[in-house]
Amino acid sequence: MPGTVQSIERAAAVLRLLAAAPDGLGVADLGNALGLAKTTVHGILRTLHQVGFVEQDHSGAHYHLSDTFGRLGESYLDPNELRSRAINWADSLASRSGEVVRVGRLVEGKVEVVHHVFRPDDSDQDLDVGTTLPPHATALGKAVLAYDTSARPRKLEAYTTRTITDPERLAEELATVRARGWACELEEYMVELASIAAPIRGLGGLVVGAVGLAGRVERICTSQLRHRPDLISMVRATAEAIARDLREDT
Amino acid sequence: MAEQYVAAVDQGTNSTRCILFDRRGRLVSVAQREHRQLFPRPGWVEHDAAEIWRNVTRVVPTAIRQIGAEPSQVVAIGITNQRETSLLWDRLTGRPIGNAVVWQDTRTARLVKELAGDEGPDRFADLCGLPLTTYFSAPRLKWMLDHTPGLRQRAERGEVYFGTMESWLIWNFTGGAHGGEHVTDVTNASRTMLMNIETLEWDDKLLEAFDVPRAVLPDIRPSSGVFATATDVLPGVRIGAALGDQQAALFGQTCFSAGEAKCTYGTGSFLLLHTGHEIVRSTHGMLTTVAYQIGDEPASYALEGSMAVTGSLVQWFRDGLGLIHTAAEIETLARTVDDNGGAYIVPAFSGLFAPHWRSEARGVIAGLTGYITKGHLARAVLEATGFQTLEVVDAMNADSGIALTALKVDGGMTANNLLMQFLADLLDVPVVRPMVTETVSLGAAYAAGLAVGYWPDLEGLRSNWHRAGQWLPHMDPDRRATEYANWNAAVQRTFNWIRPEQAAE
Repeated sequence: MPGTVQSIERAAAVLRLLAAAPDGLGVADLGNALGLAKTTVHGILRTLHQVGFVEQDHSGAHYHLSDTFGRLGESYLDPNELRSRAINWADSLASRSGEVVRVGRLVEGKVEVVHHVFRPDDSDQDLDVGTTLPPHATALGKAVLAYDTSARPRKLEAYTTRTITDPERLAEELATVRARGWACELEEYMVELASIAAPIRGLGGLVVGAVGLAGRVERICTSQLRHRPDLISMVRATAEAIARDLREDT
Repeated sequence: MAEQYVAAVDQGTNSTRCILFDRRGRLVSVAQREHRQLFPRPGWVEHDAAEIWRNVTRVVPTAIRQIGAEPSQVVAIGITNQRETSLLWDRLTGRPIGNAVVWQDTRTARLVKELAGDEGPDRFADLCGLPLTTYFSAPRLKWMLDHTPGLRQRAERGEVYFGTMESWLIWNFTGGAHGGEHVTDVTNASRTMLMNIETLEWDDKLLEAFDVPRAVLPDIRPSSGVFATATDVLPGVRIGAALGDQQAALFGQTCFSAGEAKCTYGTGSFLLLHTGHEIVRSTHGMLTTVAYQIGDEPASYALEGSMAVTGSLVQWFRDGLGLIHTAAEIETLARTVDDNGGAYIVPAFSGLFAPHWRSEARGVIAGLTGYITKGHLARAVLEATGFQTLEVVDAMNADSGIALTALKVDGGMTANNLLMQFLADLLDVPVVRPMVTETVSLGAAYAAGLAVGYWPDLEGLRSNWHRAGQWLPHMDPDRRATEYANWNAAVQRTFNWIRPEQAAE
């Protein structure tokens, strides 16, 4: 059995002390209480601040537990924040691929569209931000479902004859998504359409949503009906760029 | 042949950026450096121009290196800049004389009032298209010449150069004290109050009124056209364009015809309506400004509506009130309620800009009742930007006689769907977001690429423009009328807050 992680033990101790101090504590208070160097305590506090567990007061001298610490089960990234971080990268993906781009996240077993970029051909298109998509029948959905630890959808509705409706087959499909780091779909939601998506990983590797593109089969797939490798790498690079943005300055 | 790019240098209020664009107008690389904001006294805002030039020399090579390109792959440089920020420098040593005085600086408040005298703030509007406010460069230049011992004499002897930020950058790009070109473009010159808006030349009457020696002023050039060839940072690359940031955004949105308009939503917001080759004089508080000039073609003009506080109201809601953690969360909070609950926030933090131009106004929250929650206030914050836009659009329509048929939007706040939908509802026209939201840099790149033949013509640029999102109006006309009437009632309550005896000057 592997050993325990010392820095997590220390972080837990810091959290216990902060929870017991309604007025907050300073770096020196914590260092004295735990017998740790100020730089060590400072590093722990910075990390806890970055993941959203502790907050600083206005003067910056005192730290206290954040409100969100008590509500850890809730989504930690605001969907509108996700959109504002994704917007430039999603635009660039739409512009280079020539396809519709969406950013989605899992809400109550469905994929909620958080951001939608039109296909850049100036045809009539309607924004579908706020609408939902079936997670088992879309690439965007599979890319978030693959990393979701809550119960899988029980009833898998068929949208076309190609929709995966067998829970075991879906589990295999999601294992494949995890293994290669991206998801795809071919006429599983609508005939003649295909899609590709990749998960967006925030701090600590938490999947906060997915970004993907969708379009007509002949544009998304090769003549052998394989999803085009150049589009796959574009989608993955976009997901990574958004993730980098999220990790850098939360 | 290796791919070729145009480099846009965006010298903004908070940072300097270099963005490379490819032939299809797609952003391929970005590098950015912030500079210090200097606040030597209340109301004073300055920048260190030497620091800004150092940042330029860093961001340009970084942007090129990021994509593994060579400097020789850059075919042109396009410059865009924070407007009206003013600088004097020594032409022999190349060193700035003091700091650049930033557009937000209000040290000239008293001077502006004195200059207006009995004739009022519009006394020069016929000549330059602008009212006397602390916002524009000429009062600032006069202040600098008057308050630095010996400077006026040196200026008259021709030892000193004046410039807005694009002049400073071009001068340094072309060798600085060693043969640098001292030039500006028509859009930046149109923000000084010293250029005649019809002749596009420095106007003797204005120079005399502001007591500015002609020797300090740069040559005025078209916005798109080869200014010079750089000898520093990117030696051998032609500088193909310079435009003020809002004019660059208009160009980047490919608003090339009369009647086309764009609004850039940032800290403040700026709506520009292209009025063709015609100079439209506003009687409703809009500014008359040059949109751009391409080579020896006649200049295109624009009406501009400036809103001082839009994104900064969201920042205040976050930092001042602490009701949200990030700017984007305001949409989440606003969606916890269905409407504004009867509350209206008029953010006249330092008076009202267009179309009111009331410097004595201060902000209000109107319609407060016990029913109002932070969700309603979040709505009111977002709606304030919508109402301010509607006021500007109404004034533009009245001045130009052209009714807006769609509004092209860009800037950070376009990520806010609730605001964009509210805008469409309130304006009763489609609101359209383009694929490239970095329209300021894109406009500078377009104008520069056009000058060196990288892009053939305006039509070619138009074909690069694509719709990334669109919001259509759905609001019931009666509700729209009621909401606007409520807003106007709230605006009335901001007037005359600062009484003459309180006015700090």
